[in-house]
Amino acid sequence: MEQELAIRLRGAVKRYGPITAVDHLDLEVPVGTCVGLLGPNGAGKSTTMRLLTAQSIADEGEIEVLGFRLPKESKMARAQSGLVPQLDNLDTTLTVEQNLRVFAHLYRIPRADRRDAIERALEMAKLVDRRGSRVDKLSGGMRRRLLIARALVHGPRLVLLDEPTVGLDPQVRQELWALIDALRSKGTTILMSTHYIEEAQRLADTVMIMSHGSAVAAGSPSELVLEHAGREVLEVYGPPARLAEVEAEAGAAGLRTRRTGTSVSILDVDGYKGFPEGVRRLANLEDVFVLLTGEEIA
Amino acid sequence: MAAVESPRIGRLERSALTGVLVREVVNYSSYWKSSTFSSTVEPTIYLLAFGFGFGSLVSTIAGVDYVAFVGTGTVATAVLFSSAFPGMFGTFVKYQFQRTYDAILAAPVDTEELVTAEAVWIATRAGVYGCVPMLVAIPFGLDPSWGMLGVPAIAWIAGFGWACFGISIAGFSKSFENFNYVVSAVLTPLFLLAGSFFPLDTFPQWARVLAQLNPLHHLVQLVRDAVIFGWDGWIDVARLGAITAFGFVMWRIAIIAMTRKLVD
Repeated sequence: MEQELAIRLRGAVKRYGPITAVDHLDLEVPVGTCVGLLGPNGAGKSTTMRLLTAQSIADEGEIEVLGFRLPKESKMARAQSGLVPQLDNLDTTLTVEQNLRVFAHLYRIPRADRRDAIERALEMAKLVDRRGSRVDKLSGGMRRRLLIARALVHGPRLVLLDEPTVGLDPQVRQELWALIDALRSKGTTILMSTHYIEEAQRLADTVMIMSHGSAVAAGSPSELVLEHAGREVLEVYGPPARLAEVEAEAGAAGLRTRRTGTSVSILDVDGYKGFPEGVRRLANLEDVFVLLTGEEIA
Repeated sequence: MAAVESPRIGRLERSALTGVLVREVVNYSSYWKSSTFSSTVEPTIYLLAFGFGFGSLVSTIAGVDYVAFVGTGTVATAVLFSSAFPGMFGTFVKYQFQRTYDAILAAPVDTEELVTAEAVWIATRAGVYGCVPMLVAIPFGLDPSWGMLGVPAIAWIAGFGWACFGISIAGFSKSFENFNYVVSAVLTPLFLLAGSFFPLDTFPQWARVLAQLNPLHHLVQLVRDAVIFGWDGWIDVARLGAITAFGFVMWRIAIIAMTRKLVD
């Protein structure tokens, strides 16, 4: 039997004038998994998210969310999904609890269940003791937690996270990762866009690397690394002239390289004996990303 | 995912409208003071300034006290101020700066429902605030009448149309600055050509014909007939039809404007 899919895109295209933001994108998110869209700014991640809530209408292709065909049946899909937007759009003059109450209504939670739903969301986001605080008095991390709680208030089957930790301190980011991980372990299906390699590597079961509106590779983070960058990477440091030499020599030995700031990384170096002064490290998703897209990522 | 057979897709669903209205009502609790202040004090100032200013020159117009004439006329001013302006500025702020509408449209709410609920909310406030000049005029000499009870409903219908007018302008505008053109070139002339402060009888023929196209003029006349002169048969039915039609057309235009703005 075919795996149940929470999201299915087939050949989705979205153009804005001369720009093709999403270019024949295929995407499958199986129920109960966390899929990460990884790509630099402008890769089409946010547009993909907008397509899934029918705030953008695709020019071509088919989109299904939770079994509903978009854009026609989008409202029913939205009733069972939650979106955490990239840009904070909370009502800042309202309290934490008022924000959640408004969305409990917007998500049509029956009157009898509303109070419990709000309590659950407050607990999930660890905002119980800040329930009465006005949003403009909260820290950046708390606001982001509230934004997530707001998307979860109706117990959605699918959660869309658009760059959930962009612009936050590393410490706050870890806090949010724990929150997203808890959601994942409860079996909620998640689609998350990010341009943080580590975020994708830690949270996603499957990562899809996007560049210029289409998918360039997909798989579990470890599979992707093994397949495209090998097991180990050799990093050789030196002045620019030396780095050029290293690149030439590795290239002659049939190895692929990439510049990593002040060093050259030689990929898939199992059994290679050159450059003993180099530092060996495990290959990572960033190596894969740069290899496949030719783009650096923040 | 199992395909759902012939799912029901409702338009203008009550739960969606309620959701948007709840958001407005909860938000209102944080700004009602300033909003009530500006929506009531401004028309009251007009009423007092014109009432005492012109009132000392002309004691009666069309057989009624000038205060009664202005007190009923400025109902339209209050309705306009408390509907067209929130429609324009409030809508612009909510989609451009606060991105509230992005959040709402990610929930099971469509643009049509969003616009409708926002207009209903603004109209309701306009229905209440619209009565303020009339109430203020009572101690200055406007005689209370049963017809006053109909004023909130008339003000609501007109407020709905002007709210949708404001939302349409916000939807079609690319920036705040464009609002200046609308205020100077559209709202100010309509507001002066409504007959709130002086009768239009002395105007040239063409201006009086133009006034028939001004929904504010019909609002002024309806309120005066309800409060002072009494219901004027088919003429007032036609006026009521005119402001209702204005509301309906503006409602559809506002939905088109905001759909273009919010869904790409």
